[in-house]
Amino acid sequence: MSSLTLGNRIKSENVTIQASRLRPNTISSGHRACQGCGEALAARCAIDAAYEAANGKIILVNATGCLEVFSCATPENAWKIPWIHSLFGNAPAVASGVAAALSNQKRNDIRIIAQGGDGSTYDIGMGCLSGMFERNDDVLYICYDNQAYMNTGVQRSGATLPFTRTATTLPNSKYMGNDPQTGKNVPQIAMAHGIPYVATASIGHIHDLEQKIAKAVQINGARYVHIHVPCPLGWGFEPSKTVKIAKLAIKCGLFPLFEAENGKVTKSTPIDEVIAVDDYLKAQRRFAHLFSKSASPDPLSFLQKIADKNIEKYGLKKGISNE
Amino acid sequence: MNKPFAVVLDASTSLCNKTGSWRTKRPEYITRLPPCNSACPAGENIQQWLYFAIEGKFFDAWKVMVERNPFPAVIGRVCYSMCEKACNRAITDGAVNINLLERSIGDLAIAKGWEFEKNANYPGKKILIIGAGPSGLSAAYFLKKLGHEVTIYDNHKKPGGMMRYGVPRYRLPNNVLDTEIKRIVNFGVKIICDKKIDDICAAIKEFDAVYIAVGASIALKPDVKIESGSNIVDAVGLFQKLENEDKDLPYLGQTVLVCGGGNTAIDAARSSLRLGAKNVKIIYRRTIDDMPANENEIGEALAEGIEILCLRTISKVDKNKIFVDKMNYDREASILSKSGELEILYADSVIFAIGQSVDKDMFSNIEGINVSENGVIEVDENMMTEIPGVFAGGDAISGKRTVTHAIAWGKKASNYIDAYLRSTKVTKPPKNEVITFKRLNVAYYTKNPRKNVFIPMDISFKEKDTSYSGKKIIEEASRCFSCGNCFHCDNCYGYCPDGTIIKHKDGSLEFNYDYCKGCGICASECPCGAIKMIEE
Amino acid sequence: MLCQLEGSQAIARAIALCRPKVVCAYPITPQTHIVEGLGELVRSGELSECEFINVESEMAALSVAIGSEAAGVRSYTATSSQGLLYMMEAVYNASGMELPIVMTLGNRTIGAPINIWNDHSDAMSARDAGWMMFFAETNQEALDLHIQAFKIAEKTKNPVMICVDGFILTHAYERVDIPSQEEVDKFLPFYSPEVCLDIEEPLAMGAMVSPDYFMEVRYIAHIKQMKAIETIGSISEEFFQKFKRKSGGFLREYEIDGAETVIVSMGSVAGTIKEVIDELNANGEKIGLLSLICYRPFPADILNKALKNAKKIIVVEKAFAIGIGGFLSREIELAIKDKEIVSVIAGIGGRNITRSMLKECFLQKNNNQSTKFLGLNEGIIEAQ
Repeated sequence: MSSLTLGNRIKSENVTIQASRLRPNTISSGHRACQGCGEALAARCAIDAAYEAANGKIILVNATGCLEVFSCATPENAWKIPWIHSLFGNAPAVASGVAAALSNQKRNDIRIIAQGGDGSTYDIGMGCLSGMFERNDDVLYICYDNQAYMNTGVQRSGATLPFTRTATTLPNSKYMGNDPQTGKNVPQIAMAHGIPYVATASIGHIHDLEQKIAKAVQINGARYVHIHVPCPLGWGFEPSKTVKIAKLAIKCGLFPLFEAENGKVTKSTPIDEVIAVDDYLKAQRRFAHLFSKSASPDPLSFLQKIADKNIEKYGLKKGISNE
Repeated sequence: MNKPFAVVLDASTSLCNKTGSWRTKRPEYITRLPPCNSACPAGENIQQWLYFAIEGKFFDAWKVMVERNPFPAVIGRVCYSMCEKACNRAITDGAVNINLLERSIGDLAIAKGWEFEKNANYPGKKILIIGAGPSGLSAAYFLKKLGHEVTIYDNHKKPGGMMRYGVPRYRLPNNVLDTEIKRIVNFGVKIICDKKIDDICAAIKEFDAVYIAVGASIALKPDVKIESGSNIVDAVGLFQKLENEDKDLPYLGQTVLVCGGGNTAIDAARSSLRLGAKNVKIIYRRTIDDMPANENEIGEALAEGIEILCLRTISKVDKNKIFVDKMNYDREASILSKSGELEILYADSVIFAIGQSVDKDMFSNIEGINVSENGVIEVDENMMTEIPGVFAGGDAISGKRTVTHAIAWGKKASNYIDAYLRSTKVTKPPKNEVITFKRLNVAYYTKNPRKNVFIPMDISFKEKDTSYSGKKIIEEASRCFSCGNCFHCDNCYGYCPDGTIIKHKDGSLEFNYDYCKGCGICASECPCGAIKMIEE
Repeated sequence: MLCQLEGSQAIARAIALCRPKVVCAYPITPQTHIVEGLGELVRSGELSECEFINVESEMAALSVAIGSEAAGVRSYTATSSQGLLYMMEAVYNASGMELPIVMTLGNRTIGAPINIWNDHSDAMSARDAGWMMFFAETNQEALDLHIQAFKIAEKTKNPVMICVDGFILTHAYERVDIPSQEEVDKFLPFYSPEVCLDIEEPLAMGAMVSPDYFMEVRYIAHIKQMKAIETIGSISEEFFQKFKRKSGGFLREYEIDGAETVIVSMGSVAGTIKEVIDELNANGEKIGLLSLICYRPFPADILNKALKNAKKIIVVEKAFAIGIGGFLSREIELAIKDKEIVSVIAGIGGRNITRSMLKECFLQKNNNQSTKFLGLNEGIIEAQ
């Protein structure tokens, strides 16, 4: 028996909501996500946790993207709770509107969640997101980060890792995938707004994810939770490996798990045993060109440096904290 | 309500979309054979009793044990624990301490006075068992379970065979053995001691079947040149004398050399200490890692100051001068050879613990019971001798002479005897595939290294009490990986992106293939390899 | 209550009387004064129980309104010109989701070149977005139209855009009659939508629609809007009954009886045209004016009826499409068959429309040019 599994037939403490027979299942079966979709899993985990924390009083605002398309296409709607989709770039603003309406009706008990992929969050919806943050509107924004535009066929986004192969950053004799000098860090941008709560989470650590969402839901003001969701199709791995890949990303330090309050990192989830980024990268075809015989070792060491920096910055080594 | 057409939808209408049609592979819950169960000679369903133990259901755990073994408290003390050697956890942070758990639960059963559940009175046949050792007693228990009337004859003063006369008391106290035998008697088995049976043919007429479980009582003679005046003892003989509280105990002296690598060798060495020897050494042909003796026993022997001299054999004993050959051992090729180097040791006594054989004389005048060259009774594939209805088993027919094997033979014999009496055949249930370490997802198990219990003990024949009590049993049992069998961790249920698994009120899980897209995350994240993806 | 007010302030007062729950806007000339006015009314408490949100862009402005309207409360925003273009994706979205938002459009042209002055180019860019569109002739009408707009929108589940000429109306001081709160409350009931984001009755709004259903969705929207003509008429009638003032509806006729030439226009330019008509008719001309208020849904039958005796129709329009010409004239051509229709493009980018220009234009006979540009500086054109 173990506390690391989602459930435990003996103990009731440290068991995830996802292991509960009575979990809300806010997103129903029959949705059209691909096999092994990390985002579908993350959405159920996150929204179920939010639902529990808010006593079932949740309204969802969804940006255009995979999640929107696979969860709600006439005549089939997978959502069990009120949900609205408007546009690709405006989900945070729509959520601000819903928040304003509910605040007007003195219904602060109803919690509003806006959600979108990295495309809508990092790129097209950045303006609206920043506006929602700086006004400190009472909205929890969840970004499901699969590091490219998957719905349209894997094009580069602002969240795409350096040297990634995407449909718009194909490696060739001149380029090694995505330009390493590009991209941004939205959790840090969110923190720079000084909003009450920012956290990163992953489907590789559901206990942590649920706790963060539950905490985030209960805070007033603008909140941001960034969830790492591996995409079998876009990243090039077997659908059965989704959770494994997510765990590798955490373990190598490329996806640091932390919490920040009012712009300051307050907590990070240490890594049990740090692994090399290679172990994470080579499991995915989007990085296969970095492992070809003729490939330069520079991209790998560049990515390793990012991971090392994360480990240092967020104090991810066990026993060493940056607090 | 006048909803905008198509743009606004009711909740959870996706349920009409049966995404199961996308699937090319189907996950299925399977049960694989755990290595511990597979390795257990008695075929104990170890994982199942650990499962109950984790839940604190000790009586249920004990019931599972006695389905295969009527002597949990004995076996929990004397078993070679092949289960622990096979345990997948041995690869990460140490095998589950199965042996100690079995002892602990066995002791709990004694303390609580748990008895075997009597089955409905089945008008069975009359069976005679010759020998009240582990095999005979085990066969008696299982035959009684099958509804037969069983009588055991034994030529010793007390029942128990090698359990009583082959193991020193500090390792297996009499009260434990007596209680577990008493339980079999309470179950309805008749044991008559001090009874020699001269005419098996006559007995056959009184009984419907006979099971010969006389064991292997004659100590093997070592292939060693022994000069006159040397003090040579065999381990079994020593134990028998000890058990019978013989006044005529052999003189062992200050320095004792024991030859052998099994538990018996360790027992002999440790018994020597208890008989007053000050300097005890064990000589073993291979390395310490190759010794068949239990890790715990070896550890305790070392702790008591016994020295183990590996890669050596005795070639000659001349009074107290022992000539030793040093050996080379190539484990890969399993080749043992003399290195040519010699060594001379000095000892007051040499104890040989190198095995036993069947007493050939016992059957010399019985036609139809043949003892082979290598000292075992010949039986057919149904364990029957040439005399119809006369079966033989245990140490008497096998080279693997451990209490656990003997108990297994008893169970096996009970099935063949029962089948013979009913004129049916024994059908063996198909064996599931044994689960290997690589099928496990061990990252899901919290690190919790094995704690080996070394309680310093008095050098006496009194047993030290290492049995776990309730909380500790649960703690140690919880280290079980549950290899190959669902232990309800809910990973599959929680990780399914499509929410296709139904969790029932009792915690059992079921795939709803209406929606399962066959991604395989469930199988991949199952810690114990209890889900298999099957091509459709 | 009669007040001398800037157009923007009059509109702000009208909106406040309609008790919106959420008002959001992004500053853009010439709409800015409206939301400034509302902001002040909210801060002073005169408009209570209303959330006023300063958003970061027009895209967010309309998106916030989409969110609040979807959550079931009356919502308002305002924009102009580039701002409308910037929010255009949301403009289509609001109508597609049947959200009865009311938005003021302070009409202004579209760049490049950048120009902040009035014409109807911005409105024309949204003419196919599924919104109902009304053009105000005066500040009083602007005020009245906004009160009617909420009722029309909420009854037909269709967003409404009220077009008000930038500067000419928004920045002009005129006397307006502001109704009392009580009167407005009697006319405009509390908003309680049938469909909204409700935890008791969870629905999904904004589903993806496949080719199997999309055409039907659009067809239904078209039919609904055409049917809304009835609602618009009855609400305008009700407004007249309650406020004793003719305002809104589809069109306003001036000197139309016996007119041989009928001018058609939208918005504030009607005032100048009326003055020219008065002058010309005094000299024996037979010219009338038809000021179109309701542009979407396009009241083709009503126009056809009103123009049946006209021999010639001159459409004065404040926007045109490069590469084809005037919008309104083309649309009138669909409603009126076999009549001479002249398109007069005027006032583009804030160019003054003078009486003399109009006079000359109205008197011009036998012109083979079907599109004229009023007040074009021929010198510049030739030089280019």
